[in-house]
Amino acid sequence: MPEKEKKQGTNISRRNFLKGVGTGTVAATVAPSVLIGSEKAADAQVDDAVANATIQLNINGKSYQIEVEARTTLLTVLRDGIDTSGSNIDLTGAKLICDRGECGGCTVMVDGKAVYACMMLAIDAQGKEITTVEGLAEGDDLHPVQDAFIQHDALMCGFCTPGFIVSSAALLNENASPTLEEIKVGLSGNTCRCGTYPFIFDAVKTASRKM
Amino acid sequence: MASWGEASESRLIGKRVTRLSGKDKVTGKAKYTFDINEPGMLYGRILRSETAHATVLGIDLSEAEALPGVKAVIPIIEVGNKLRYQGQEIAAVAADTDDIAKDAIRLIHVDLEELPSVVTEADAMAADAPQIREDWAGNQSEPNVREDGDINAGFTEAAVEVEATYHTPVQTHVCLETHGHVAKWEDEQNLTVWASTQGVFGVRNDFAQHFELPANQVRVITEHMGGGFGSKFGPGIEGRTAVELARITGKAVKLMLTRKDEHLVAGNRPSMTQQVRAGATSDGRLIAYDMKGYGTGGISSGAGFTGPYVYHVPNSRAERVNVAVNAGNQRAMRAPGHPQGAFAMDSLMDELAEKLGMDPVEFRRINDPNEVRQAQYTLGAQEIGWHRRNHVPGSGTGVKKRGMGLGSGQWGGGGGRGTEARVTINADGTVEAVTGTQDIGTGIRTVIAMIVAEEFGLDITDVRVNVGDSQPGLPSGGSGGSQTTPSVAPVIKTAAAAAKQKLFERIAPLLEAPVGDLRVGTGTIYVVSDRTKTITWKQAAGQLGMDSISEGGTWDEELRQNGAAGTQFAEVEVDTQTGALRVIKIVAVQDCGLAINRLTTESQINGGVIMGLGQAILEERFMDPETGRMLNANLEDYKVPGTFEIPEIQSIVFDTHRKVTGVGEPPCIPTPGAIANAVYNAIGVRIRSLPITPDKILDALAEKA
Repeated sequence: MPEKEKKQGTNISRRNFLKGVGTGTVAATVAPSVLIGSEKAADAQVDDAVANATIQLNINGKSYQIEVEARTTLLTVLRDGIDTSGSNIDLTGAKLICDRGECGGCTVMVDGKAVYACMMLAIDAQGKEITTVEGLAEGDDLHPVQDAFIQHDALMCGFCTPGFIVSSAALLNENASPTLEEIKVGLSGNTCRCGTYPFIFDAVKTASRKM
Repeated sequence: MASWGEASESRLIGKRVTRLSGKDKVTGKAKYTFDINEPGMLYGRILRSETAHATVLGIDLSEAEALPGVKAVIPIIEVGNKLRYQGQEIAAVAADTDDIAKDAIRLIHVDLEELPSVVTEADAMAADAPQIREDWAGNQSEPNVREDGDINAGFTEAAVEVEATYHTPVQTHVCLETHGHVAKWEDEQNLTVWASTQGVFGVRNDFAQHFELPANQVRVITEHMGGGFGSKFGPGIEGRTAVELARITGKAVKLMLTRKDEHLVAGNRPSMTQQVRAGATSDGRLIAYDMKGYGTGGISSGAGFTGPYVYHVPNSRAERVNVAVNAGNQRAMRAPGHPQGAFAMDSLMDELAEKLGMDPVEFRRINDPNEVRQAQYTLGAQEIGWHRRNHVPGSGTGVKKRGMGLGSGQWGGGGGRGTEARVTINADGTVEAVTGTQDIGTGIRTVIAMIVAEEFGLDITDVRVNVGDSQPGLPSGGSGGSQTTPSVAPVIKTAAAAAKQKLFERIAPLLEAPVGDLRVGTGTIYVVSDRTKTITWKQAAGQLGMDSISEGGTWDEELRQNGAAGTQFAEVEVDTQTGALRVIKIVAVQDCGLAINRLTTESQINGGVIMGLGQAILEERFMDPETGRMLNANLEDYKVPGTFEIPEIQSIVFDTHRKVTGVGEPPCIPTPGAIANAVYNAIGVRIRSLPITPDKILDALAEKA
């Protein structure tokens, strides 16, 4: 069964990052010292310098050059990123829902493995193959998981659906015919509020038979 | 008289049809408000109070304004005014990126004078509690009292009595797409807003009024929406703030609530605590009911709940009060007031049945006046295998003990007037259906296409459905109260029928037949008295030349019905060593009249059961009395059902007639009561407070032992 990486450790410290991006734009902007969990809005410290850097990412088989801050997540790049030619990347299938690696709404594949894009820094995604829900179909041919989700009505509002689709595809990559229990474990990192789970389980079973 | 026709004649209505938006949703193409990226768009954020009760002495925006990338900073609360709960709005920013907006929020400095706060019902009701609402005497509203019959006489007649206190905590909606808007001024008098809302026209009218614009110059778009559950009817302060920031900056502004904001200020299901005394006669008639209860809807009121519920009690008295606390306001949440009341009532029913030595199903049969549910009891008991239950609660052997229980629910869902729609047939044979309702995930888009396609003999993909946009000027009500399908479907049906009639009138001369003899086949129109006379749909439409046929519809009451009865049976397994509770199976027998789309109806029933299960075993808002803050305003500590909690769910569409009734809310009502009763049947100890968590189970078992 696939292990979802909740946190991707970055091997670039902020200081090394600053040194290492000689070709990038090192702009003196500001960022707070505490990025997550700051409860006291009024007295947060804003004293830590970060830099912008231009990085290259391979997303759905296409190469993008993007200027990012050290703190920019892969999810932010996918959804809000603008490449250096000025066009929006606009891959909004992955959603930000919990913003802390709990709900799986932002799940994408990084080198074939399901990853929470809200928990991965964009700079850590360099040199990796990133596949989003938009990259699963081949032209008009939907991925078997996508077909099965439609057939079984494994979606209602659909907001969590891209995350479930990518997680399901990653699960089937590693286990071609999962049992119900294995499906529950494989998708345990994803949350749905409409309550589509029973039909999701059916859909993954159907997809596994077709793959 | 209008009708949906016989089931045997239907090609689409009543069948399982996959939804029209499916492909867009599985490929990531579906654009929600959160996904709108307008050129040059700014990102909005709101600074919110971390203090539950305080007076604002000063707000300094200057440092935030000076941050590069910040385009606007505005105060929301006025200096001198009071903040009355954590999460209340103080100020807002718009910046080039969301991260810059986040930084800027932290650079706003606020001077507060803290005031005493109360965040729990018990603290608010204490004798020395600080008063937090100026308009109430103390922190409690005037009691709402309802009396029926004579309770003293009722108790005199009672052979058995039960006295108990039942509690359900505050729950939050947890919409996965947070409340939010993208606002864009086309010019000084024309506003476009993408809104994550359950009510496109309500939001449009609010913006028009607030910003003093003609209503027809405000366009609100909700193509797809990521969950509302009752909490997304108005634009809220955040919506107006987004529009104001867009006005000031002259740019599009996206302002979505954070996950934490969503828990704090975007609505919740009020709590319920009720002390009830009830009696039944020796032959099993519920005879007297006396209840005193309270709940909190935060700083507002609206903490009502039902009681007595569903079952007939000739003598009853119910007294309820609202308790104000320093917490965000309640909003309607899926069947407001019902799941709380149903949990208490169905628990009470089982406690009385046990005292009478009666089977819980039998006791309900005697006291439930609803004929539909009477039939549902039989079916549900059969499907769960009711005979397998513990005849003596807790009598199972071994560490893991199983049990069964049931619960009931009742909802209206009959729809109403107020929907305008148009169905258009173009000369090339294409078909459009337009109305101002919104598809909040329930599948109304597909239902509309099915109705039109059935009427015209086409496929659903031949019908272009335009919903979730105020621009065509065809209003429809908000999607609440399980009213969408019963409000919209009759109008679409009559509009399609009128358009078909017009087309028949145009082609009758060509077919040399009276209009009344024409029928649609599959992609054809033929003469019923001479079936050799037939033309394709395309040929027929081609007769329109340069014209189109476009017809409106009317809400025909004969096509819908009020009243959705439901019963659920649960089987659970309790680990008596760890307290772990596993729900094994739920049989949900749900009446909804004619289910136009059986597949999406089953989805809705599954969804209701799962939300009810969350309320039964997981969900609770925790407030810290010391700091006045919510302790679990995230998705890690506020638990909603995940894959591991999902039992086998048997959703039975119990259709008793061929009129449309809404089903969005009713299936979440019986679940908590059914699960609570099943837990009792498993372990022989009753847990009267939701959610039923392992700690409560272990405590209860320890007390019993």
